[in-house]
Amino acid sequence: MIELADYLLLSAILFAISVAGIIINRKNVITLLMCIELMLLAVNTNFIAFSHFLGNTTGQIFVFFILTVAAAEAAIGLAIIVVLFRNRSTIDVEQLNQLKG
Amino acid sequence: MLKQLLAIVLLPLIAALVVGLGGKLISRQWAHRLTIVGVATACILSINLAFGFASGQISVIEHTLYSWAKIGQLNLQVGFLIDSLTITMMVVVTFVSLMVHIYTIGYMKEDPGYQRFFAYISLFTFAMLSLVMSNNFLQLFFGWEAVGVVSYLLIGFWYKKPTAIVANLKAFLVNRVGDLGFLLGIAGVYMVFGTLDYSGVFQQVNSGFNDLEIVISDTAIWSATTFICIGLFIGAMGKSAQVPLHVWLPDSMEGPTPISALIHAATMVTAGVFMVARMSPLFELSEVALNVVLVIGATTALFMGFLGVIQNDIKRVVAYSTLSQLGYMVVALGASAYSVAVFHLVTHAFFKALLFLAAGSVIIAMHHEQDIRKMGNLKKYMPITYVTCLLGSLALIGTPFFSGFYSKEAIILAIENSQLTAATYAYWCVLLGVFFTALYSFRMFFLVFHTQERMDEHTRAHLKEPSMVVWIPLVLLAIPSVSISWFIAPQIISGEFFNVAIQVAKSHDVLSSISEMYQQPFALGLHAFITLPFWLAVSGVIVAYIFTVARPAWREQLNLKLNFINQVLRENYYFDKLYMNYFAAGGVAVGNKFWKWIDAGVIDNWIVNGSAKTVASISGQLRKIQSGYLYHYVLVMVVGLLAFLGWIYWRALHGTV
Amino acid sequence: MSFQVLVFYSFAAVLIFSALMVVTSKHSVKAALFLVLSFAAASGIWMLLEAEFLAISLIVVYVGAVMVLLLFVVMMLDVDYAALRQGFVSKLPVAAIVACGFFILLYSFINQGVFSDDRYQAPPPKPADYSNVKELGRVLYTEYLIAFETAAVILLVAIIAAIALTFRGRRSRKSQNIQKQLSANKQNRLKVLDIKPVIRQKSDESRPEEEHSKDSNLDSAESEATKSEKAESKSTGSDSSKGKPA
Repeated sequence: MIELADYLLLSAILFAISVAGIIINRKNVITLLMCIELMLLAVNTNFIAFSHFLGNTTGQIFVFFILTVAAAEAAIGLAIIVVLFRNRSTIDVEQLNQLKG
Repeated sequence: MLKQLLAIVLLPLIAALVVGLGGKLISRQWAHRLTIVGVATACILSINLAFGFASGQISVIEHTLYSWAKIGQLNLQVGFLIDSLTITMMVVVTFVSLMVHIYTIGYMKEDPGYQRFFAYISLFTFAMLSLVMSNNFLQLFFGWEAVGVVSYLLIGFWYKKPTAIVANLKAFLVNRVGDLGFLLGIAGVYMVFGTLDYSGVFQQVNSGFNDLEIVISDTAIWSATTFICIGLFIGAMGKSAQVPLHVWLPDSMEGPTPISALIHAATMVTAGVFMVARMSPLFELSEVALNVVLVIGATTALFMGFLGVIQNDIKRVVAYSTLSQLGYMVVALGASAYSVAVFHLVTHAFFKALLFLAAGSVIIAMHHEQDIRKMGNLKKYMPITYVTCLLGSLALIGTPFFSGFYSKEAIILAIENSQLTAATYAYWCVLLGVFFTALYSFRMFFLVFHTQERMDEHTRAHLKEPSMVVWIPLVLLAIPSVSISWFIAPQIISGEFFNVAIQVAKSHDVLSSISEMYQQPFALGLHAFITLPFWLAVSGVIVAYIFTVARPAWREQLNLKLNFINQVLRENYYFDKLYMNYFAAGGVAVGNKFWKWIDAGVIDNWIVNGSAKTVASISGQLRKIQSGYLYHYVLVMVVGLLAFLGWIYWRALHGTV
Repeated sequence: MSFQVLVFYSFAAVLIFSALMVVTSKHSVKAALFLVLSFAAASGIWMLLEAEFLAISLIVVYVGAVMVLLLFVVMMLDVDYAALRQGFVSKLPVAAIVACGFFILLYSFINQGVFSDDRYQAPPPKPADYSNVKELGRVLYTEYLIAFETAAVILLVAIIAAIALTFRGRRSRKSQNIQKQLSANKQNRLKVLDIKPVIRQKSDESRPEEEHSKDSNLDSAESEATKSEKAESKSTGSDSSKGKPA
């Protein structure tokens, strides 16, 4: 049978991959967003695995809310990217350093 | 009775407030009418009170009006203590104040600050009354500072005159030195006695109290009362202009003459004397303090007299004379002859106010020329001023039968009887002082009223007796200057009058042996013709006559011969130089050092700018972290998360989770 | 090897592969499509964990809506994706180290035996008539009602925010653009021209016209100014127009 640890390891791998993705795709905002979605997926998988193995629905509720917020985040994030592109004609993160001290 | 007392204190205050705050809304006429009505009422009520007291209808009144604050055991109150001493002061203050108010109408006739001046002198009357009528140290201190403030305002009354501003600042600063001592004294009183009420303190003094000892050195162990008394006396030195805190008084002559008469001759400067007399039970406990008082007073009496001889400004002559006479009063205090000190205070208030007002009258006539070298033979033009000034001067030098004679004679006799260590020094000082008093008084008198006329043509053409409001106060003051002693001397010297207010220890009683003489004032006056002080005074007058009227040329020669002494005297014994070069310049130097090192160096450079610079440099470094690049923040987050996970793992390995 | 294990490992393999492809693919469209694949695989894994509702909604919401939106945006923006991949290789070691660090740490947590089979036994399979949706709904509408409503508000806010951010207003409207007004400066509004002085000769009227035609590439306001300048120079009869309408 598949243990809880297997699911956890899977999500750990997923999480590590997305962390690496954030670092290597540091210039492309869209890919960054995708990596964040992947991270959330890993976290969600963890929640569901625990929910399943503990016999407690609360984990699934959490996932439900995370999905909601992530959807909202994706919508706003993409809107921001569109506006950004419209104003600066690029989505290169390297050019977005207006906030530097 | 209480209403009367309140009226005495508050009427001048109300008048001052109305006139002072009303400004130009109050016309000149109403300004002097209001204040004069206020002060006149206070004066009449005071005199009424004095008669009631003398006839025995009224006894000592002590009444607490109002509790201002209560801090632990400390009650801060406003109240009255009315006894013979207070009443004497009240009568003197209100009477002289009234005279000065009337006189001012003439003196300040053309001054734009007319209303302001009346408001100030009325306010002064209030402050002085609250000082003398208080029944506790707090109110005493209030009055003390209030008269100081008004004195400051009045010395600088002509605020466009730079010398006046310097003088009032000087007066204020020098008085601060005295006030520090005074405050320490009051704090000492509270520490030892636990109360600030006179009655509470004196009760404990009489019934025994837990005195403290202060070890100055191995051989000198002072009691706390010595400390208190010296502290209080330092306050008195400031206010009553005793050496070495006398330097402000001559300069205060920059103010208008009426206030020189009222504040710097008759009343405020005698507040110190009054205060020491009021504290007689305390001072009696400390011989050290009495000796200090004696030495300071005697030094002031003699050495300030020297200075009077060389002054050429008519007001300054009178000012140094005031200093010298204040010295006499303080000597009397030191000899435990408190009642004699107050006696001299009273007579001096009258004749010195008279002299000042006479000087003011001369100044008006001379169109504000104050140099006596430019006067001369004024008796021809100003007969009333001449006569009153002569009477005042005679009273001042202690001519027999004049009021000043009785008080000064009493001082000399008292100091002769005193057993204190410093008594001998003080005795010779006051004796010599008599000669110099006569010398400077009559030098001025002769130079102003006799000798040839030295003023310019224009001034001479306008020389005349000033208006009635000026000479009436002169006449009114001349009457008590001559006669007041005849009525009060026997009671005062015998101790009857002040028996409650002033306490003298048996061993210090210097008056009992002379009170016999004072029972017949006329006999005493006749007796004076064979005493040393009289002949000293006469010789002073003669010397003054020789050097001014008979042989003026000798004065120049003497000046040349005694150039060195002359120089020292001109420089006021270098007190001003000492204070300016050492204390003031030292203070400035210390202040500069503090400013440069502490303020600019430590506070500005290290604390204020330093912290700002530190923050700036740290943030300058930190802002490099703030690159604005999203992936830097992400990297930091990731690394932080990694570290956090690692930390949790490390803790889990060590079993602390 | 049971069927479940087979399913798990195959889905896991697809998931990991597609995740790797998401982070490494050259083009964002490709990455987005692989993301869809990874969501689908994850959804399969969630099915294994008996979270049917969430698995379905992952497909519906993410694959159906969010990813389409993402693709839409990716395709709409004309971005040079090759340029965005600069530093991809140079950051690879860093990324590998960090990812390995994460994985090792997480692995060492998971592998301590805390989550092993003997402590967390897999629950027995739910009966056939068990409804995950019903169960989830029951909890959601009772215990988490307020949170649920809040989530609804968050979604509403997201909708409004997305519209507000991207909405540019109707083209035909002549509205005030405050941002543009505020960001206006001298350089953008006004061009200082160095116009040669026109020497006016009675016989030679055509020269100003020539100059005007030379300046015709300027925007209308500028040429207006130049015209008026010329008109002035004509009317006053002065022999030089400074040509500086500053």
